[in-house]
Amino acid sequence: MQIGIIALQGDVSEHIDVMKKSLKGTDLVVQIRRAGIVPLCQGLVLPGGESTTISRQLESTGIANEIKMAASAGKPVLATCAGLVLVAKEIEGNSSVKPLELIDIKVGRNIFGPQRNSFEADLDVKGFDKPYKAVFIRAPGIVNAGPDVDILASIGDFAVAARQGNVLCLAFHPELTVDLRFHQLFFKMMRQAKET
Amino acid sequence: MDLQLENLRFGTELIKRGFAKMQKGGVIMDVTSPEQAAIAEEAGAVAVMALHAVPADIRKMGGVARMADPAVIESIIDAVTIPVMAKARIGHFVEAQIIEAIGVDMGDESEVLTPADEFHIDKTKFTIPFVCGARNLGEALRRIVEGAAMIRTKGEAGTGDVSQAVKHMRLIMGQIRSLKAMDEQELMRVAREIEADYDLICECARLQRLPVVNFAAGGLATPADAALMMLLGADGVFVGSGIFKSENPEAMASAIVKAVHNFDNPQFLAQVSKGLGAAMKGIEASSIPETEALQTRGW
Repeated sequence: MQIGIIALQGDVSEHIDVMKKSLKGTDLVVQIRRAGIVPLCQGLVLPGGESTTISRQLESTGIANEIKMAASAGKPVLATCAGLVLVAKEIEGNSSVKPLELIDIKVGRNIFGPQRNSFEADLDVKGFDKPYKAVFIRAPGIVNAGPDVDILASIGDFAVAARQGNVLCLAFHPELTVDLRFHQLFFKMMRQAKET
Repeated sequence: MDLQLENLRFGTELIKRGFAKMQKGGVIMDVTSPEQAAIAEEAGAVAVMALHAVPADIRKMGGVARMADPAVIESIIDAVTIPVMAKARIGHFVEAQIIEAIGVDMGDESEVLTPADEFHIDKTKFTIPFVCGARNLGEALRRIVEGAAMIRTKGEAGTGDVSQAVKHMRLIMGQIRSLKAMDEQELMRVAREIEADYDLICECARLQRLPVVNFAAGGLATPADAALMMLLGADGVFVGSGIFKSENPEAMASAIVKAVHNFDNPQFLAQVSKGLGAAMKGIEASSIPETEALQTRGW
C-alpha cells in the first residue's frame, strides 16, 4: 500500500515519521507536492498547518480535484487540524479557505481562541477503551454534523473527531504524540477499502 | 460552554513546539498595518509579524527600538485569521508579558529591537511560544534551554542582503553534521566549547537537526533568496523589509510563498521571479560597521 501525505505546508515530516513507525515493510509513504501522485496512493493524509495557505496551494496545483476524486472513489483520508478544516463541507464565517467537501460537517476555524488557549486533553474516544492524549493547537471545532457522520469525540459543545465512511478527521494532532490508535484505525480503513 | 478547564493543560512544551511545527514550509511576513496584514494573508503567508516599523526603517530611524504599540498589534490581530506574532526586546520580559496579554500567538525575542538586558527572557515561564535568533549552534541551544520553541537565523535584518542568513544557516547545519561521527567524550567537549547543554547536543547529533523548528531570517528579499534558504535546510522563512520595501509588495509576497513551496524546482522559480518589479534596494551587510550590526546583539 502507498500512503500519500499532502506536503504543501505544515507538519509533514511528523506525519511521515509516525506513519513509518507504524507501517509494515512493503508499505510506502510518499510526499505529495504536485499533481499526478494522488491517483497512485491508496490512502491520503492532510496534515496540520495553516489552512488558508494549504488551500491556495491545493487549488493552484490541481491537487484539490485529485483528492476529491480519490475520496469519492472510496480511498481513506486522514485529516488533522488544518486538514479537518479543508475536508469540511462548510466553514463558518468569511474564510478564504475553499472546502473540499469530503465530509458533511460545518467547521469553525481557530474555535478555542489564540495560541495561549491551545491545550492538551485526555479525550474519551468512541471505540477506545482508555482516554487518548490529544494536542489542540489553535484548533478548529465541528459545530454541526450531518446524520451520516459518526462523532468520535467532543470537547464542550464541539465535536473534535469524526468519521463518515472513508473520511476520518481530527481537530488535534495524532502525529505529535506516541499513541498510534488513530493511525491503526486509519490503516484498518485502508485494508478494508483494499478488500472491497 | 463547559470545557472542564481543570482537565485541560495549557502552554506545555509539546503545544509550544507544536505551534512552530505548523508553520513549517511557510512564509512569515513583517507587517505594520491591518492593510499590509491582509495583503500578506491573501498572498498565502502562514503568519504575520506585527511591527510599528519594518527593520529597514528601524535601522534608518536609529534611537531605541521597542515593542510595537499594542493598539497596532491588536488592529492586525483583528484583520487576519492566520497567527500573529510580535517582537519584544531581548531580556525585556515585561514587553513579552504584554504581547502575551494582548493575545499574540507567538513572541519573537528579537535583536532588531534594542536589548534591555544581558540575560535573555526565561521563556519557559510563558504560555505562548517564543522564537529567538541565533548565529551558531551554541547560541541556538542556549535559547532552547531558556524555552525557545523555534529558532531562526539572525542574518542581518533590514539589509536585503541574504549573505548573513546564509552564513548562519550553513554554520548551524554544518556544526550539527559534524556531531554525527562523535563519541560521548567528544560530544561533551563540544558542549563545553560552544557553551551548550550536553543532552541537547546529543539530541542534535541523533536527529541531525535542531530539536525545534528552524527558520531563516534576516535579509531575505527575493523568491530566489527564500528558495536558497530552504535548500540550505531551513524549515521555512521570515521575510521582513523584503516585501513592503519592494516596488510591488502583493506580487513579491505571493512569489516568495510560491518559491518556498517549490524551492527545488528552478523552472518554476524562474516563472515566479518574472516581472516582480524592483526588490528592496538594501545595503551590503559587509559595509555595516560591527557596532551597528544587529546580529551581534544577544550571545
